[in-house]
Parts: sequence; structure tokens; C-alpha cells
Amino acid sequence: MPFTAKSGKFSASINTLTMGTGEKAIVLGGENVLPFYTFDAPIENAPKVGIEITDGGLEAEPECVKKYYEGCETIVDMAKKAATFEGVDFLSIHLEGGDPNGENKPTEELIKIVKEVAEAVDLPIVISGCKNVEKDSEIFAKASEVLSGKNAVMLAAKEENYKNVGASAGLAYKQIVGAESADDINLAKQLNVLLTQLGVDAKSIVMNVGTAAAGYGYEYVVSTMDRIKAAALQQGDATLQMPIITPVASETWGIKESIATEEDMPEWGDQEARGIDMEVETAAADLASGSNAVILKHPVSVATISKMIKALV
Amino acid sequence: MALKGLDIFKLSPKKNCKECGSPTCMAFSMKVAQGAVSIDACPYFSEDAKAAMSEATAPPMKTIKVGAGENEMVLGGETVLFRHEKTFVNKTRYAVDICSCMDDATIEAKVAELKHVDYERIGERMYVEMIDVEYDPASGADRYVEVVKKVAGEGRVLILDCQDVEVAKAALDVCKDAKPVLNGANAQNYEAMSKLATEAGVVLGVYGADENELFDTLAALEKLGNKNLVFNACTSSVKAAFATAVQFRKAAIKDSNRTCGYPSIVNVSKLAKGDSHLQAALLSLFTVKYGSIVIAEKISYAEALPLYGLRQNVFTDPQKPMKVEPGIYRINGADENSICLTTVDFALTYFVVSGELERSGVPCNLIINDAGGLSVLTSWAAGKFSSSSIAKFFQEQDIEGKIKCRKLCIPGKVAVLKGELEAKMPGWEIIVAPREAVQLVKFLKDMQ
Ligand code: B12
Ligand code: SF4
Repeated sequence: MPFTAKSGKFSASINTLTMGTGEKAIVLGGENVLPFYTFDAPIENAPKVGIEITDGGLEAEPECVKKYYEGCETIVDMAKKAATFEGVDFLSIHLEGGDPNGENKPTEELIKIVKEVAEAVDLPIVISGCKNVEKDSEIFAKASEVLSGKNAVMLAAKEENYKNVGASAGLAYKQIVGAESADDINLAKQLNVLLTQLGVDAKSIVMNVGTAAAGYGYEYVVSTMDRIKAAALQQGDATLQMPIITPVASETWGIKESIATEEDMPEWGDQEARGIDMEVETAAADLASGSNAVILKHPVSVATISKMIKALV
Repeated sequence: MALKGLDIFKLSPKKNCKECGSPTCMAFSMKVAQGAVSIDACPYFSEDAKAAMSEATAPPMKTIKVGAGENEMVLGGETVLFRHEKTFVNKTRYAVDICSCMDDATIEAKVAELKHVDYERIGERMYVEMIDVEYDPASGADRYVEVVKKVAGEGRVLILDCQDVEVAKAALDVCKDAKPVLNGANAQNYEAMSKLATEAGVVLGVYGADENELFDTLAALEKLGNKNLVFNACTSSVKAAFATAVQFRKAAIKDSNRTCGYPSIVNVSKLAKGDSHLQAALLSLFTVKYGSIVIAEKISYAEALPLYGLRQNVFTDPQKPMKVEPGIYRINGADENSICLTTVDFALTYFVVSGELERSGVPCNLIINDAGGLSVLTSWAAGKFSSSSIAKFFQEQDIEGKIKCRKLCIPGKVAVLKGELEAKMPGWEIIVAPREAVQLVKFLKDMQ
């Protein structure tokens, strides 16, 4: 008697969403099965991997990442280089320097970077904000304008600024609107509903439903994504069928496992390996729980996760 | 799955002799189905009938014990597919593989490396719990037994990865009391292997070239009466391994297919040979999705730190938040004049912060607020770690009566509280400490 598994294919599916334009455009979502459950039905659009650079340039990168950008003098050089790394599907420009409680760089300065980078590379682009809701409203509005026609992702609108971000990125410039909520299915749903009520097309929303580094409250990440996929696919809840994008690098490169030097923690050994494995293990868990795209920093992490995805889909 | 009264009646002796205290076998069967009486109250149910019933009422996934004494550990026993449905109960265990093809120096180095990972994280010992000993036919039976003997005393549960019955027997002879896993049954040798495992009282691991062969071999072993089993996810590809692990777990739990209801072994060292980062990714993947034992080429701190943290997170009970008692924690021999720092009562936060404070060697008072067991930003966003709640807590606990120092460091992530706290807690100097606990050592040393 052979093994017969009941198919776990659903009649509902995740929305498909195209990021970028031209030859390098990528498609997220479209699946009607749980993450990597290709035995239930084929997954046409494998999850995608993005690489993150920041407005801080080379200086702001962790020591172990710098060597991969050797010879790069400007952020544009870095972007061009990043586009050549194995496994990179898209580029995320993280404008953390915009934070008024941090460096408080003026919006114009940041937008100049965005513009130059976008002209230099043909990869799909994600603009990651600085997390300050007022400043992000401004940044996303301007970035949407200069990236007009590029199908870029603005990551992300939150409950506090969804009206501004939705109106500029979604309505005025037809970019993809990121919707960020904090590890809670109801909040994720509510934000999607609010954005669509505003007039943003549900098919051009991508969700960041929250993440954490492995070991740091990660159980909520798993359960939130598990529940969202169940609602979207099993219950056919159209307000949760948006693909999920998860910024991993910004979580993992600040924690002890990645930043403690070998001098500080001699028994922990090689710092670069620790940083990569923290990023890779967090990303693998995100993808297994339902992310359709992850944003990473270390080129080895990007290549590794891309390899894992190819082996699974 | 509960048995219905009628199903039990079908198996009953149908004597209606009333010895059980019920007027008829039918009435008795109904009571058994409700759990009102034990089946043993009837002296005439056949052993076969009882076995069939215990089978039907058994949990969907077997709970399997491996190892002996203080190394005994429990695998399987899961009842849900997703942790939010209830909870996962028996965490994934990790193994490093060694092979009888390796020379002594390599084996010693591998054992030393795996034993190096041994630490505590929020009350849980984190270490590599198992060693997988792979049999290499080219180097022969004697060498295998020698290698098994060599690693048997390392305090780890052994997995005897050997599909040759004679060699397995010899290896078991030297280590069976420690209850290793005999990971060697396949479609050809399962009868002999099962006999060997049963005689030694150890768990038998089952291989199959594909899912069908694996399933058939498991079924054949069950027929022989051996249900002390674990199965190996197919190693032909990552995709096949993932499919086996997920589909068998799903079949057991959702579709009550008990032949699939055994713990799994996933050998990522075979799936991604030589690529340590891909193995790290797969260790994580199979922790989230249904690996009971995952075997890797190496587990150093780089792989372990995120992995064991992830496992601890995923296997926590969603109903029980991990909290520590609010109050003053005196660290490094602190007294009333030592500097104060404050944070929340989330166990993870406490663990990370107190660890760093200890590492700094600087005497300090760590004041843990009652913040509902939430992290710094979560409790702040929920209004449970605000300037008012902190000021109130200090008053209630009479901190000013217990501590003379008036310097208070707050977590960098809630720097916004500084002004309000200064207003609400006159006399205190509020210092914004770094955002991450790891920066505390330098911060405290610089301050001195
Ligand atoms: C898991 C989680 C939850 C869990 C809570 C788990 C728990 N026990 O805390 C749940 C799902 C319940 C939750 C709920 C909410 N959450 Co929440 N959550 C998280 C998440 C993913 C991880 C938090 C975590 O465990 N961190 C690990 C611990 C160890 O970090 P920590 O306590 O901050 O400690 C570190 C540092 O602060 C430092 N430190 C700590 N103490 C001290 C002291 C000193 C002196 C120093 C120097 C340093 C220091 O050391 C630690 C390591 O470096 C974060 C996002 C993220 N990735 O961080 C969001 C996050 C904290 N949540 C957020 C929000 C908004 C909420 C909610 C209000 C929304 C909601 N989902 O309903 C609720 C509020 C809760 C409620 N009403 O009950 C926001 C906060 C936004 C903000 N900046 O204000 C975050 C940042 C997510 C986001 N990006 O939007 N959340
Ligand atoms: S004792 Fe057994 S056989 Fe007799 S009536 Fe009860 S159930 Fe039937």
C-alpha cells in the first residue's frame, strides 16, 4: 500500500505582485499552498531575496561586509556591486539616516541617493524608511515621485501614517505600498483594510507583518505568519492575501550574536560566521513561516538563502 | 480519535453476563466510550480486541524515548501542526555526524568542537545532544565498533547509522545500555534489524528510498509488532526531505495515519555536504517544520546561537509568558550606593541584560519593573513601561528607601522617557543607556 497524502492545495491563493520593470522585474506570491509545500501544488513564483544597502554607505556596514564592496567609493558604486552578487533579486535602500532622533539627514539628501541608485541599477527597488512616521511620510512621497513608473516598494506605511503614504505612494504614483504591523494578525488585517478603503489597490500592497531575530521573541513571528497564511488560504480572507516581505538584516545585525567581537566573546569564535548564520537562520525561518521575500545584508547570506529556495521550489 | 460505543461493542465478547456491572455488553461498551469505566472491568475482552482499541484511541504521534539515565530524552508526541493551535511539546534535538571513515584526530576534533557548545539560555541547557555515527563499509566492522566505543562515553545519545545487521549487532553490544538509536532498517533488512532493536530494547530508525518505500517499511515493522520507531526523511534532495517531514507529520496529525506518526530524523549534512551556511539554513527550516532530530556536519557557536534561541522560542507554550519577578536584582555584589539600571520583567530581556551586567563586573542594581512580561518596546507601546508606571513602581517598592544612589540608566530604546521621568522622579539623574544590552559593558566601564 503506497503512501497517500491528502493534498493541501487551497482554492484561494496569495495575490501576485510585480516588483520592478523590464527584464529584471520579479513576481511575488500567487501560491495556493503553504510555504514550500510544492508536493501539494507547484509554486510558480519562488520567494525572492533582496540585498540591503544604506544611506550610511560603506562606513555604516558591519566590518565583515565591507570587504565585499572593496573599491566602492560611493553608494551608487555599492548598489552596482550589490546587483552583481549571486542570488540577488532586488535592492533595498534603507534610509535609516533620516531618523530625527538619529542623524536627521534632510529628505533631499536621501532622495538624491535614491535617484542616483535607481538610475545606476535596473533591479527592482525597495525603499526602507527610517521608522519615524512623520519623516517616513515625507521620504516615501518624494521617493515615489522620483521612482515614478518603476514599481518600487515603499516599506512601509504604518497605522500612524498610512493615509499619507497610501495617498502618495499608492494613489498618486502607483508604487507598491508596504504595510507594516507588529506581529499581530488583526493589526495586519486592519491596516490592509484601511489602505484599501483609502483607494489603494489591494493587489499593490505587500505586508511586513513584523519580525525579530531568531531567539528574540521569534515565536510571535512564526505564529503571526502561520495564522495569516491560514486565514488567506484556508478561510479565503481577501484582506490578508497580500504577499509578505520581511526585512531580516535590520533585525539581525544589531544583536549581540552578530556584533560581539571575538575579543569580547572568545568562546563564540568567528564573528563573521556568527553574523551570517544569525541572518541565514532567521531568514530560513521567516521563509518557512510564510515570507514571500526577505531582505538581507551579507552577500554570503544572500547566496545561501537563494540556494535554499532553489532547492525547495 | 475517540472510539465510538458501537465500535467497542463490535469487539466485545457479547456474553451479556453482567460481570462487569453493566446489564449488557452494549451498555458496557457505551460506558467505556464515555470514559466512565475501564475496559479492564470485563474479564472477557480478548487481548487482540484491547490492542485494537488502544491503537484506535492512541495519540496521533508516538512519544519515543531515547538515551538512558540523565541523557534520556523524549521525541515526538506532538498533537498539532501549528504552535498557535496549542503548543509544541518535544523540542527538536541536534546531532553532529562522525563517520568510521574518519581518522582518530578528525573524530577527536569534531567531538571537541561539539562539546564546546554548552551553555545556558533562560534556564535551559543548550548543547549538542546527540552524535550520529555513520558506518563506512570500506573501513570495516572493527573500525566502526572502535569508533562507537570511542564516542560512547561523551554523554551524548548515539545514533548508530548502520544498515548492516552484523555490524550493527557488534556496535550495539558495546553501547546498548545507553539506549542509542539503531538507525539502520530498510526495505531489505527490516526483519533482522527489528529483531536486533527489540532484543536490545532500543529505538529503530527506518530508511526508505522514497516516501512509498519508507511508508511500506514502517507498516511492515508495525505488523511485526515494533512501534518503537523513528523515520528518516528522504535524503535524495532537500525538496524530498522537506516533503517527507511535512507530509508524514500532516498525515499523522490531520488524517490519523498512525503509520506516519513517528518522530523524524533529517540529515542536513547529507543534503548540503560541505556548505556550512546552507546547513545552518536547513537546521532552522527543519526546526520550524517538523524535524525531531536534525543531523549536521558541525554545530559550533555560529550555528548554535540562533538555532537554540529559535528552538526555545518555537517550543514555548503560547499560554505561558516567560516572566521574572519584579524587584531589585543586586549584581556583582552591588550595594545601596551602586548605580541603578531599569528594565522590564520579560524573561528574555532580563536574561540578556543581566548577562551583560555580570560580564561588565561593575556592581549595579538592576530594577525590574512590572511590565506584564513584555519586551522593552512592546511594553512601552502597550503603556506598561511608561514614565508613570516606572515612577509608581519605584514608590510602591520603596526603591528610594532601599537604594541611596540616585543615578538611573534607562534602556536606549525608550530614550523618549528621559524628560518625563526627570519631572516625575525629582532627585534622580536619568541617564539614557545604549539601545542594545551588548553595549552595556563598555558603557558602564566608560562611566566609572
Ligand atoms: C515579540 C513581540 C511582541 C509580542 C510580545 C512578546 C513579549 N514578551 O514581549 C506581542 C505579539 C505580544 C507583541 C505585542 C505588541 N507589540 Co510587539 N513586538 C515584538 C517583537 C517582534 C520582538 C520583541 C522582543 O521580544 N524583543 C527581544 C527583547 C530581548 O528586546 P528588549 O526587551 O527590547 O531588550 C533589548 C534592548 O532593549 C536592551 N535592553 C533591555 N533592557 C535594557 C536596559 C538597559 C539599561 C539597557 C542599556 C539596555 C536594555 O537589551 C535587549 C537586547 O539588546 C518587536 C519587534 C522587534 N523585532 O523588536 C515588536 C515591537 C516591540 N512591538 C511593537 C508593538 C507596537 C506592539 C503592540 C502595541 C502592537 C500589537 N501587536 O498589538 C503590542 C503591545 C502588547 C500588548 N498590548 O499587550 C512595536 C513597538 C513600536 C515602537 N517602536 O514603539 C515593535 C518594535 C514592532 C514594530 N516594529 O512595530 N509584540
Ligand atoms: S463482563 Fe464483559 S462480557 Fe460480560 S456483560 Fe460485561 S462486557 Fe459483556
